[in-house]
Amino acid sequence: MDSDVRTRVSVKAYARLPKGSQPPSLYKPYQATVKRAPLKPLVLLPHTLSEITGPVFGHEKVGEKDNDLTCQHPGEPIGERIIVSGRVLDSNGRPLPNTLLEIWQANSAGRYRHTNDQHPAPLDPNFSGAGRAMTDEHGAYRFITIKPGAYPWFNHYNAWRPAHIHFSVFGAAFISRLVTQMYFPGDPLFEYDPIFQSIPDERARQRLISQFDLETTQPQWAKGFKFDIVLRGPEATPFES
Amino acid sequence: MNPDTNLVPTPSQTVGPFFRIELTTDEHCVRCVVGPQAKGERVWITFRVLDGDGTPVSDAMLEIWQADFNGKYNHPDDSQPKPLDPGWIGFGRLATAEDGSCVLETIKPGRVPNGTLQAPHLTLAVFARGMLKQLYTRVYFAGDAANENDPVLQLILPERRDTLLARPDPARPGYWLFDVILQGDRETVFFDV
Repeated sequence: MDSDVRTRVSVKAYARLPKGSQPPSLYKPYQATVKRAPLKPLVLLPHTLSEITGPVFGHEKVGEKDNDLTCQHPGEPIGERIIVSGRVLDSNGRPLPNTLLEIWQANSAGRYRHTNDQHPAPLDPNFSGAGRAMTDEHGAYRFITIKPGAYPWFNHYNAWRPAHIHFSVFGAAFISRLVTQMYFPGDPLFEYDPIFQSIPDERARQRLISQFDLETTQPQWAKGFKFDIVLRGPEATPFES
Repeated sequence: MNPDTNLVPTPSQTVGPFFRIELTTDEHCVRCVVGPQAKGERVWITFRVLDGDGTPVSDAMLEIWQADFNGKYNHPDDSQPKPLDPGWIGFGRLATAEDGSCVLETIKPGRVPNGTLQAPHLTLAVFARGMLKQLYTRVYFAGDAANENDPVLQLILPERRDTLLARPDPARPGYWLFDVILQGDRETVFFDV
C-alpha cells in the first residue's frame, strides 16, 4: 500500500444506523418493494471521504416565500391552514444549520398535482403542493401549508395512505441524506398502512408523527404542528486512515 | 459516549410516485454536475434503472456526489491541503424517463485518498417508489488502471465487481453506460453505509 502524506486523511466516521430504526428494503405488504429490493447482501463499506462529505447548498436556491405553500397563486388554497415547524438535529443532538429541506404533498382533497394521480378528487388551482426552506443557525425551519388529505392507492383492496407530507433533507454527509414522510397525530389509517408499518422499531416509527403544538398555533389563523428531524451524526472521535 | 445522548434517527420512507413536483422539476434537476469552466475530462453517463424482472424503472431518482478533477470534495470535512476547483459543487440529481434511463454530464473525478488512493468514482444514491430507503452504490470507470488496487472494489467478490464499472458507449465517444439492476443474477452491488 502506498501510504504516505498524500494518501493519509482524517475521516470523521458516522454512527451506523441503530437496528430496527429503518425499514427493510423488502417489505412484502408494500407490494412495490418485491421487485425493487436487492436480494444479495449489501457490502459493508468503511466510511471514506466520499461517504462523509455531501452537498453544501447556499441560500441562493431558496426564495423568501418558498416555504409558504399557501401564497404561490392568486387565490388561497382550500383546506385547513397549518404551520409545520421544527429542528433538524444529528443523532448527537447537535442542530444542523444551513440544511436544505424540500417538501411535497397532496392538496386538501388528497390529490397531487401530478399526471399520474388521476383519482377522482379535485385539483385546487391555488395549490401546487411543493416548497423548500433552509434551516437557520439553530437548525430550525418553518413551512406554511394546508393539511393534505388522505388518498387511495392500489397496493391492496381498499388501501388508503394516511395524510402525510413528503420531506427531503440533506444534512452534513451524503450518507445522512434522508427522504421521509411526516404524518399527523391520531390518524386512524396508521394501522393499515404498510409504508408506515414497515419500520420495525416503535420509537423510530413515532418520530414520523408530528405533534400538535399550541405555542406555534396562531390565533384565528393556523394550527401549529411540530416535526423534528434527526439525521445520523458523526462518531465521537475522528480516525486517521 | 453515553448512549442516552444518542437520539434515534428519523426513519426513511419511500420517495413515492409524485416526487417530480418538487425534487426533479426543470428548476431543481441537476443534469450537469459541472460548470463550463470545470477542469477534467468531460464525460456523459447514461444510467438505466431496471427491476428484478428487467423492467425499466421509470419513476426513480438518482443523486450523484463526487470530487473534482483533483480528488477534492467541496465540503468542510475534506481536510486535504489542496485547493478546490473554483465553483465546484459536485452534486447531481436526475429522474429516469419511461425507458428507465437518464443522462448525466460531469467530469471524471480525481483519486480520493483513504490510506491509499481510491480509483476515480462517483457515489450514487437511488430512490424510487417501492424503495423504502435509498440504496447506495459507486460508479467506477472500466479500463482505469487504478481499479485494480481500489480498496472498496477489493471488498467485493471478483465476479460482482463489474456491476460497478461504467462501460464506454461504443456508439458515442465520451459517453459511458451504467445499469443499476435492483435485483437478480446481475444485481448491482449496493453498500451498507
